[in-house]
Amino acid sequence: MPNGVPHLLPVIVVVPIVVAALLVAISPHVSRYVVEAVAAATALGIAAVAGVVASQTMHGRVVSWLGGWKPDREHTTVGLVLVADRLSAGLAVLIAVLMTLALVFGWRFFDEVGGHFHPLMLLFLAGMEGFALSGDIFDMFVFFELMGAAAYALTGFKVEDRTALQGGLNFGVVNSLGAYFSLTGIGVLYAQTGQLQLPLLAKAVDERGLSALTVLAFVFVLAGLLTKAAMVPLHFWLADAHAVAPSPVCVLFSGVMVELGLYGAARIYWVVFEKSIPHEVVRQAFVVLGTATAIVGAVMCFLQRHLKRLLAYSTIGHVGLFLVAFAMLDDEGTAGLILYVLGHAGAKSALFLMAGVVLNRYGSVDEIDLFGRGKDARVMPWLFVVAAVALSACPPFGTGLGKDIAETATVKAGYAWLPALFTIVSAVTAAAALRAGLRIYFGLGDVPSEASEDEATSGSEEQPEADLRRVPLTMVVPICVLLAGCAALGVIPGFAEHVGKAAHVFLDRDGYVSQALANTPAASVPHIAGMHWTTLGLALGSTSGVLSIAIAFASLYARRFPAAVRHLSGVVALPVRAVRRVHSGHIGDYVAWFLAGLAALGALIGLPLR
Amino acid sequence: MTRSWRYAIFFVGAGLIAALYVIGVYGMPHFGSTFHPYRDRAVPAAVSHRTANVVSAVNFDQRAFDTLGEETIFFASVIGAAALLRPSKEEREQHSPSQGGHVMASTRFAGYVLLPVTLLVGFDVVAHGHLTPGGGFQGGVVLATGLHLLYVAGRYESLEHFRPVEKFEYGEVTGALAFAGLGFAGMAIGGSFLANVIPFGEFGQLLSAGTVEVFNFAVGIEVSCGVVVLLAHFLRQAILLRGGEASRS
Amino acid sequence: MSYYAYFVAGWLLLVGCFGIVRSRNLVHAVVSLAIAQSGTYVLLLGVGYQRHATAPVFGSTTKPNLSVVDPVVQALTLTDIVVAATVTALLLALAIQVAKHHDTVDPDQLSALEG
Repeated sequence: MPNGVPHLLPVIVVVPIVVAALLVAISPHVSRYVVEAVAAATALGIAAVAGVVASQTMHGRVVSWLGGWKPDREHTTVGLVLVADRLSAGLAVLIAVLMTLALVFGWRFFDEVGGHFHPLMLLFLAGMEGFALSGDIFDMFVFFELMGAAAYALTGFKVEDRTALQGGLNFGVVNSLGAYFSLTGIGVLYAQTGQLQLPLLAKAVDERGLSALTVLAFVFVLAGLLTKAAMVPLHFWLADAHAVAPSPVCVLFSGVMVELGLYGAARIYWVVFEKSIPHEVVRQAFVVLGTATAIVGAVMCFLQRHLKRLLAYSTIGHVGLFLVAFAMLDDEGTAGLILYVLGHAGAKSALFLMAGVVLNRYGSVDEIDLFGRGKDARVMPWLFVVAAVALSACPPFGTGLGKDIAETATVKAGYAWLPALFTIVSAVTAAAALRAGLRIYFGLGDVPSEASEDEATSGSEEQPEADLRRVPLTMVVPICVLLAGCAALGVIPGFAEHVGKAAHVFLDRDGYVSQALANTPAASVPHIAGMHWTTLGLALGSTSGVLSIAIAFASLYARRFPAAVRHLSGVVALPVRAVRRVHSGHIGDYVAWFLAGLAALGALIGLPLR
Repeated sequence: MTRSWRYAIFFVGAGLIAALYVIGVYGMPHFGSTFHPYRDRAVPAAVSHRTANVVSAVNFDQRAFDTLGEETIFFASVIGAAALLRPSKEEREQHSPSQGGHVMASTRFAGYVLLPVTLLVGFDVVAHGHLTPGGGFQGGVVLATGLHLLYVAGRYESLEHFRPVEKFEYGEVTGALAFAGLGFAGMAIGGSFLANVIPFGEFGQLLSAGTVEVFNFAVGIEVSCGVVVLLAHFLRQAILLRGGEASRS
Repeated sequence: MSYYAYFVAGWLLLVGCFGIVRSRNLVHAVVSLAIAQSGTYVLLLGVGYQRHATAPVFGSTTKPNLSVVDPVVQALTLTDIVVAATVTALLLALAIQVAKHHDTVDPDQLSALEG
C-alpha cells in the first residue's frame, strides 16, 4: 500500500473544518457567490479525496493511527485510529457527493443566507465524515455530537418560522438524550474492559464473554445510534426536523445522516459484540423492531398532507426495511441493505429537492393547498413521477436491486413473509409521494375538501426561502444527477458485485482487528454469489411499482368507491387514529417513548439470554 | 397524549431500564478498584513525552483527534447560536439609558479589583496546562467570564466598549486554524497527523511536553474568544433587541 | 458501598429524563437534559477512581508512578463537559426564539407539529 493514502483520512475530516473557519472570517467581506463557490468546491474536493481512498480499499483496509502512536509488540496502544474499509470509504464518498449536490442546489435557493449557513454545512460534513471513518468508540461519540450540533442549528435555521424552532428543539433534546445514554454505555464498557479503540475493545469483550453487563453496554450504546437511525419508537424527532429544515439540509438528513446511525450500530455490533451476543437473539430483536418501524412509517406517511413530513415518514418506513435487512446478519442481507440505502439516497434526495422547489415556487408544501397549482410546469412533473416510482423499488432502479437481494437473504434465513412486507411498505410510501405529485402537478383526483384532514400538520405555514419564477438549472441538474444515479445503480454490471464484497469485508471482524493492530495484509475477498436480479425479485419489484400506482389512484379517487369499500376502511381507522395521536409534537411524549423503546430493545435482547 | 398516559409509558420504560442497569452494574469492577489497563499505558506514555499533567497528555497528545473534534463542536455551537440568535428583519438594537438598575459602589470596586486578577489567573491556567490541572478549555472560560465582570459589576456599555465582537470572532477562527495547522505540521514533520514534533524538554519545566503546550494556547485562544462571542449574542438578545412580532421589555 | 457511585449516575440519568417528561417550561427541559448528562460525568469519574491513589499530575513532590486515578476518564469527562455546554447553548438559543415567536415556553401549548 503506498504510504500517502492513510494520511488522506484525517485530511477528509479536517479540511472542511479549516475551510469553515476561513469562511467565518472572510464572509463579511466577500460576496455570497464566493462563499457558495468555495463551500461547494470544498465538498467536491472531499468527494474526490474520498474516492481515492475508496479505490485504495479494494486492496485492503486503509488504517491511519493518529498522533504518532502505533500499536506496539503486544498490539496495544494509547492512540486513536481511523479505519476505512470498502463500506466506510464508500459512505465517505456518498456523504461528500450529497453535500456537493445540496450546496449546488442551494446556490439560488436562499434569498439571503448570511454568513452562517455554509460554515455550518461544512462542519456537518466534517462531523459525518469523522463518524464514518472513526475506529474508536469515544471518537465516534464526539463526531456524533458534532453532527448533532451542526444539525440542530441547521434545522432551526429559519428563525422566523415558528415550527422550525420547535422542530429544532425536539430534534436537539431527543438526539442529545440518546447520545448521553450511548456515553453511559461507553462508560460501562470502559469499566469492564479498560479499552476505547474498537479493535482493542473487540478483543477485550471476546475475552469476557456474555454477561448482563455486556447486554447493558450493548443496549445503552445502541440507544443514541438507533435514535439517530429513527427506529420506532425513537423516531418522533425525524418528521419534526425534516418538516422545518431547509430542503438542502433535508437531503443530507434523509440521504445519509439517518443511515449513518444504522451504520454506527452495525459497526459496533459486528466489531465489538458479534462474538458475545448470539446472532439469533439480535436477528429476532431487529426483525421485530424493523417490522414495527416499517409499518408505522408507511402508515403515517400515507396520512400526511405536508409534503416534507410525508417524505420524512417514508424515510422511517424505509429505515424499518433497512433494519430488517441488517438483521439477517449475512453477506447477502448486508449487500442488499447497502444497495437499497444508495438507491434510496438518490430517490429521496431528489424528492426533497423537488419539495424545496415546490415551496419556493408556490409558497406552500401542503398537498391539499397545492392542488393543481403546478400544471404549467414542464420538466418537474415528470421528474417527480420518476422519483416516486424509483422510491417504490421497481426495476431497473438501484432501490429495486437492493430490495431483491435483501429479500433473497430473508427467504434464505427462513422469514418467508418478509418479502411481502418489503413490497407493501415500499409500495405504500411511493404511493403517497406519487399521489402528492399527481395532485400538485397534474391536478388529478377529486377536489379535496378542507375539513377532511384537520388532525395533520398543514404545510401552508412554511416560509419560502426565495422567490422563484422559473426553476434555475442549478436546481434541475442535481435532481437529474440523483435520479440518474439511482437508476444506474440497478443497471451497471458489476457494481452489485462490488457491493457484495464491501458487505463481506464489513462483516469480517477478525480482518478488521488484525489489520488495524498488526497490519497484516488483507485476505482476498471471495466471489459473493447472488449479487444480481432474480426472477422473484423482478416480479416483486414490478408488483411494488404497479401497486404504488394503483394505491395512489385509489386514494385520489377515493370518493368514487362504493360505500361498502369505504366502510371497510373505517375498521382500521381507530388504530390508525391512535397511532397518529401519539405523534403529538410534545417533547415530554418523545422522551417517554424513547425510554419505552430502549426498554423494549433491552427486553428483546436480554430476556432470551437469561 | 394526555399527561397520565405519558407518565405511565415513562414509568414502565424507566423501570425496565433501571432493572437492566442494576443487574448489569453488579458485573462492573468495584468502585475504587485497581483495574485500569488504559491508565497503565497512558501514564508511561505521558512521561516518555515529558508531560507532567497526564490528563493534558491524554487530551492533547495521545487522543488529540478527540480534542480537535471537541473544539470543533464548540466552534460549531458558537456559529449555530449566532445563526439562531440573529436579529429578525424588524428588530433593532436600542440602548436605553437606565438599563440594569443601579450597581452598588462596593460591587463596582470588587469588580475593578478582581478583573485583572481573574484575567491573570485565567492566563496562568492556560499557560501551565501541561504542568498543573487546567488547560486551554478551563483557562479560556475563566478569561472569557472574567471579561464579563465589566458587565456584572459595571454597565453593559463598558463591556461593549472593550469587546468588539468581530475581533473576537477573528480570534476564535485563529485558534481553530492554529490547532488544525499544528496537526498538519505534525503530519509533515512527524509523519502522522497531530504528532508531537516539538522537542520535549525537561520534565516539569515550563517549556516541556512539546506540542501539548502549543495546543493548549490554541485552544485557550479559541475558547476564550468563542465564549465571549457566544455571551455577546445572548446578551444582545436579552438587553438590546427591541421590536419584532413579540416585543418583550 | 462498592456500587453506590454507579447507582447515583443511573439515578441522575433517569431523573433528568423524568424532568423533561413532566416539564412545563422549555428552559426547565433543557436544564433537565443537562442533569441527565451530569449522570454521565459521575459514571465516568466513578469508573476511574482508585482508592488511596493520587491525582494524575506529577511535579516536584510527586514522582511519576502508576498509583494514580485514571487520567483517561478525566479527559473524556472534559470533552463531555464541553459538549454539554455547547449543546445547552444551542438549545437555549432555540428556546429564546420560541419564546419570542410563540409567546409561550410551555410544551403543552406548542402544537404546531402534530400528526
